[in-house]
Amino acid sequence: MADDEFVIGFSDSEWTGIAPLLEEDIAMSSLAQDELGHAQALYGLLAEVTGVADADTLAYDREPADYRHARLLDHGRGDWAMTIARRYLYETSDAVRLAALSDASWRPLAELVGKLVREERYHLMHVGLWLERLATTGGEPRDRLLAALATLGPDSGTVFTPLPDEPALLKAGILARPLAELERDWRAGIAATFQGLRLPSLPPTQDPARGRTDHGAAFAWLHSEFTMVRRSDPAATW
Amino acid sequence: MTQVAPEPTVEAVQRALGEVLDPELPVLSVVDLGIVHRVDLDARGIRVTILPTFVGCPALDVIRASIADRLSGFGLPVQVDTTFEVPWTSDRISPAGRRALAAIGIAPPSEPDAVRCPFCASASVAMDSAFGPTQCRSLYYCRACRQPFEALKAV
Repeated sequence: MADDEFVIGFSDSEWTGIAPLLEEDIAMSSLAQDELGHAQALYGLLAEVTGVADADTLAYDREPADYRHARLLDHGRGDWAMTIARRYLYETSDAVRLAALSDASWRPLAELVGKLVREERYHLMHVGLWLERLATTGGEPRDRLLAALATLGPDSGTVFTPLPDEPALLKAGILARPLAELERDWRAGIAATFQGLRLPSLPPTQDPARGRTDHGAAFAWLHSEFTMVRRSDPAATW
Repeated sequence: MTQVAPEPTVEAVQRALGEVLDPELPVLSVVDLGIVHRVDLDARGIRVTILPTFVGCPALDVIRASIADRLSGFGLPVQVDTTFEVPWTSDRISPAGRRALAAIGIAPPSEPDAVRCPFCASASVAMDSAFGPTQCRSLYYCRACRQPFEALKAV
């Protein structure tokens, strides 16, 4: 979950300075700031329970193969339609996941989730409007959106990839419902929206067992970008 | 120059916090902004617990430093912690804080469909973008007085 927020936040930040509109330049930078802030807070909790030094160690000192974000986020920045399609599929998945964590028995997580939900509402509003705008504008915008959805389709449900320790999370009252159940809810919601916009339905996840591994070349490149400063001077502070 | 350290009481600390301004909205004190969650005072020093407005708020370190700086006059060790124990919500902004925001042309937080123009109070406004110059603000346009303005997000 922390890796998801970190990777999408970093991908969003790639639009800073080059987004198609000034408002969107600001929006993507603000979204990136939100998501990276969420990642930092989640990594912070994780560092506390695992005894790792700090959030930065988790964010920057791992090899690409050790990241556990959803493969939905592994397709490179792409064009604007790709960015909107990825953000839409991710934000709607994240909303369903957050709802299932809001009563987590582990208080620090439940408290943080309570805060995250309030911010994510604006993310959903933003990306929902853009999805509608691209889908209902004929010609190139809609064509590009369809192409992006076709590319992301097989990986679209990977936020819900079953976790090895899922039974333990359910038993401990951290995760309210199994991820498979959450995925069904999410797909039903998406189906209704897509039908309204006359968008093709999403295919099932291609390779569910590898939903959070085998990240590929686009992520290898992204990893080399976001670890660049850390690698050049591990003691740097910023 | 000698300065007599003021008597450290919770009330005196609260009053001092009323002079610490938010770096992104410098018309609001941290008290008006509603981020001061708790002030604890004992033999070990002053401990202030604040609520981040946004999880990734980049101004947080500045706020922490300004609080420590302002309270250093009490001559006690100062510790500033953050917590998500209760979420900061935009309705924690005080009435005085809301007036101060409106006076500089920033609409105080309300649900996106209930935002009013801070200049002419018209309800005929449109959200241009959910995201503005800082994490906590959105961009709006007033159709009545044709003035673009910012509104604090209702989180």
